[in-house]
Amino acid sequence: MASDFLSTRMKSARIVITGVGLTAPNGNSLTEFRRNLLAGVAGIERMEIRYMGSQLAGVCHYDPLKYQKKKEVRVGTRAGSIAIFCAREALADCGANFEALPKDRIGIYIGCTEHGNVETENEIFNISKFNYDTKFWSHYHNPRTVANNPAGETSLNLGVTGPAYTIGAACAAGNMGLIHAAQMLRLGEVDFAICGGISESIHTFGIFAGFKSQNALATHIDPHKASRPFDRARNGIVISEGGCLYTLERLDDAVARGAKIYGEIAGYNVNSDASDYVLPNPVRQAECVRAAISRAGMTPRDIHIVNTHATATVLGDIQECEAIRAVFGEGCPETSINNTKSYIGHCMGAAGALELAGNLPSFEDRIVHPTINVDDLDPACALPGLVLNQPRQVAKVDTILNNSFGMLGINSTLIVKRFLP
Amino acid sequence: MTKEDCKQVVLDIIADIAPDEDLTNVKPEVRLRDQLQLDSMDFLDIVMELRKRHGIEVPEAEYQQLASLDSCAEYLTPKFNALAAKS
Repeated sequence: MASDFLSTRMKSARIVITGVGLTAPNGNSLTEFRRNLLAGVAGIERMEIRYMGSQLAGVCHYDPLKYQKKKEVRVGTRAGSIAIFCAREALADCGANFEALPKDRIGIYIGCTEHGNVETENEIFNISKFNYDTKFWSHYHNPRTVANNPAGETSLNLGVTGPAYTIGAACAAGNMGLIHAAQMLRLGEVDFAICGGISESIHTFGIFAGFKSQNALATHIDPHKASRPFDRARNGIVISEGGCLYTLERLDDAVARGAKIYGEIAGYNVNSDASDYVLPNPVRQAECVRAAISRAGMTPRDIHIVNTHATATVLGDIQECEAIRAVFGEGCPETSINNTKSYIGHCMGAAGALELAGNLPSFEDRIVHPTINVDDLDPACALPGLVLNQPRQVAKVDTILNNSFGMLGINSTLIVKRFLP
Repeated sequence: MTKEDCKQVVLDIIADIAPDEDLTNVKPEVRLRDQLQLDSMDFLDIVMELRKRHGIEVPEAEYQQLASLDSCAEYLTPKFNALAAKS
């Protein structure tokens, strides 16, 4: 396979999604997740955060011991555990004979917003009980905090000997995992990819404290209503954990084994704002979306669902809406726009991957899940096609465009289309 | 502290660091690594937990003293008793 990795056949290979494994604050499988997205069921709760007391968070309630021994859970990280759960679920879903797959030809590409904060904070808290004597610092600190940890733990659990690493791309990372996997499959670096994004961010007080200091941490008396993109009363982000990993394959391989195909990677683009540490840049976001559409050989009118990144910050939502308006305007009557963070908060590195998953079933049922918690739509966010509070049955869903943007101005847009042989 | 007490202290630590292991029939004279799934990081855990829970220091040159429950008891019991005498 490696000898022809630059062949035209390989570079133009069609890449398809054949399996999905996920854990979200409101579901531990695609079926449960989708059911709750259509039923308007959010998954936000109160959680005790070190030094900060009770905060709102999206917490996943999967069973770590489904695929890990107790010792693996104890020694490893939450991010690693989430990644293992999602990878195993995706492998089970894809129907491949995993035992028969050459393990050195499998790649694991996992996007994450950050890694190591949780484990470092835990160790500092630990030695604080010993007068900060570093001889009480864990010997597991380094393997827990290396940036490749979630992918490495997954490779250990699965016995995968191909490339396994993480992709650090702030909150654009979930999309980036898929994009990178598609690239690696086209380069012939691997024949089978496990990819997407994960997050353990609710276990680090620093993320909460950081957003609070930015005045960007959501508050609401009802946890399920706290994450409210596009609502006039939105007041910030609900931080969540989660994970979503996919199996990606070249179409030829997927067809040869008779795989179920969820959709095909149609196009993507990644760019950078190069303008601010935290403030999004709608011009660059629009450029990213346009480039992805162009690379897919489409026009904006061809996009049927746009899943927004909007995190419910006052300014960020307006900036993204400005970008979407610039691309789609009034001339795309078949384009529906939605948002998933209104249910599950911001799953950080998992966000893009989870949000795509929540929309994939639309290829089958042609229902667009809404963005919930919009009681008073902000006029600055009043996009044509915005699906508010109730699911919408539409005539056609052949394409899904998924936006994920992150700090330091990284933008990613991924387009998945209905699979047609 | 008796040697039997000391063995129980070590078993309690192992129960926490190797929670999948069945410790009901651990043979005291047999090397722990020969009857349990323990690796070098786990032995560092035993050293760390002895330090954290009991204030016992095990220098690296003496790690081999922790090979079996019997050797643990021989090596650690005097340390526990010395600490008890100090306090």
